[in-house]
Amino acid sequence: MATLRHDVFHLFGKCGAAEGVAGMVTRLYKTSGALRKEINGVDGSNASVPVISHGRPFRDTLATFGALWGSGFRRFMTYRQATIAGTFTNIVFGFLRCYVLLAVSKQSGQVAGYSGDKIATYVWIGQGLLNVVYLWSWTELSDRIRTGEVVSDLLRPVHPLVSYLAADLGRAGHAAIFRLLPPLAAGAIFFDLYEPQRWFTIPLFVVSVLFATVSSLALRFLVNATAYWLHDARGPVALLMFAGTMLGGVYFPLRFLPEWLTVTLWVATPFPSLMQTPLDVLVELDPAPVQGGLVVLQAGWAVVLLTISGYVQRRAERRLVAQGG
Amino acid sequence: MPSVVWWRKVGNLPAYRALAAGQVRSALSYRASFVVDLVTSVMATVFDVLTVLVLFGVTRTIAGFTLPEGVLIVGLASCGFAWADFAVGNVERLKTYVRTGAFDAVLVRPLAALPQLLLMDLPVRKALRVVVAGGVLLAALLVNDIAWNPQRVLLAVLTPFAGAAFYGAIFVLSATLAFWWVDSGEMGSAFTYGGRDFASYPIPIYPGWFRGVFAYGMGFGFVAYQPALALLGRPDPLGLPSWAGYCSPLVALVAVVIAAAVWRVGVRHYRSTGS
Repeated sequence: MATLRHDVFHLFGKCGAAEGVAGMVTRLYKTSGALRKEINGVDGSNASVPVISHGRPFRDTLATFGALWGSGFRRFMTYRQATIAGTFTNIVFGFLRCYVLLAVSKQSGQVAGYSGDKIATYVWIGQGLLNVVYLWSWTELSDRIRTGEVVSDLLRPVHPLVSYLAADLGRAGHAAIFRLLPPLAAGAIFFDLYEPQRWFTIPLFVVSVLFATVSSLALRFLVNATAYWLHDARGPVALLMFAGTMLGGVYFPLRFLPEWLTVTLWVATPFPSLMQTPLDVLVELDPAPVQGGLVVLQAGWAVVLLTISGYVQRRAERRLVAQGG
Repeated sequence: MPSVVWWRKVGNLPAYRALAAGQVRSALSYRASFVVDLVTSVMATVFDVLTVLVLFGVTRTIAGFTLPEGVLIVGLASCGFAWADFAVGNVERLKTYVRTGAFDAVLVRPLAALPQLLLMDLPVRKALRVVVAGGVLLAALLVNDIAWNPQRVLLAVLTPFAGAAFYGAIFVLSATLAFWWVDSGEMGSAFTYGGRDFASYPIPIYPGWFRGVFAYGMGFGFVAYQPALALLGRPDPLGLPSWAGYCSPLVALVAVVIAAAVWRVGVRHYRSTGS
């Protein structure tokens, strides 16, 4: 946790050192572009800083986003031991889940549309994807809310949701290389994996993973934001972790359930969009139109969840009372 | 470690009680979050059982075992695990203490390090899970057609406790890794949660070397699978004799002895934090 703060301060600190505090504020406001309005208006009081530069708001926003993305990526590059340890665990669980599900499918050769190689791909890519999409408990924001450190997030000229999203996509980028590929390699060595037949499956999978990661961050942001009201968000955070892993299809593919239940879960909750959709897209379980439709559904959920997160953040800012001096 | 005589240990009991009571109070002070936490941690056990039900739902038998037999295995495994997770599971947080150097504070107090650590983080929220897992096991014992005799009654009572001791030892062992490898992160989960998942299914589904390492090498086969066979009076398709089911307390004892030894070595190895 300290490392992220360090990275962010480092990032902003560099501007500060070069140009002085006034320069930093000017520059950060410039870079925040269209987002600057969000940080004002705590309870209607106007703390807005005059806009100094109207030029190139889009490009500057993109540069800020890119810098935060990079800091998220670099942060996880430094956790080398944890990456190796986590990968080891994923591989052990890959074997466990794969053998269990293969035993289930052995009776009839296939189960709920998954043949043996599709099940193996589902499990091994799933073990890697868990860390890209990230369904584990994540309490960075709620810890900062509880300690009051979140105030410094609000002082920054970048919307908290945007800065967390950028850093999280950086983390996901790191995981896509260092957490997804090793289990995939282990699975390919010990099991027969499924090779996608359609040319667009892999690109569609990448897009699907991106939507899944955004939805996951928005959900994690939401449960963490309950700390603005509850002070201690451990319960909601754990609830999300279990709902996400169970209804996301980590324990077993959701299609093992009765069809009406699967469809209901898929449409009415965002959880299948987190893991099940990217995995089913990759193993081409459905005809092409359904495959694409699932990704569109995912995109819908990502937009809805981000919108809700933004709304909750606005409400929370009205409520927040900074503690301490 | 100074030699502490037995009566002084008894004198320490109020201190331990105060630590535990503090945990209960702190958990209850965030009431809404605590209730959600309580429900969530029950869900973890419910999901394990539900997964077994769903998997048996799509196929009649798994490796020749029927649904009630499968529930008995998962019941035994989760019952042992739930107890261990409640009592010892939070030793997982050792890595945080080692990384931040907070373990120093534990060592300078005139109490044993391990009980302190466990009580400092006593997970009150996990208490309900023990009850649920017990319920599942009880249901499984009733649903299965078991020819009860005194040995089997004893086995049914002892197995969850042996399982708890075994998983407790695994929890301590994997946490101890942090003394040598500070950022060991999730590695321990491969053996704690992974061990629970492994033991929750009939072990003939795992092939050759994987089964050899986990079931017999590390002993996870004796947590639930072998005792379940002995309770059901089924011969082991893998060829172990029927008395293997009664070995789980012995396996647990070996695990506890190893864990205690490694823990001692680990504490001596601890050098606090440098930064």
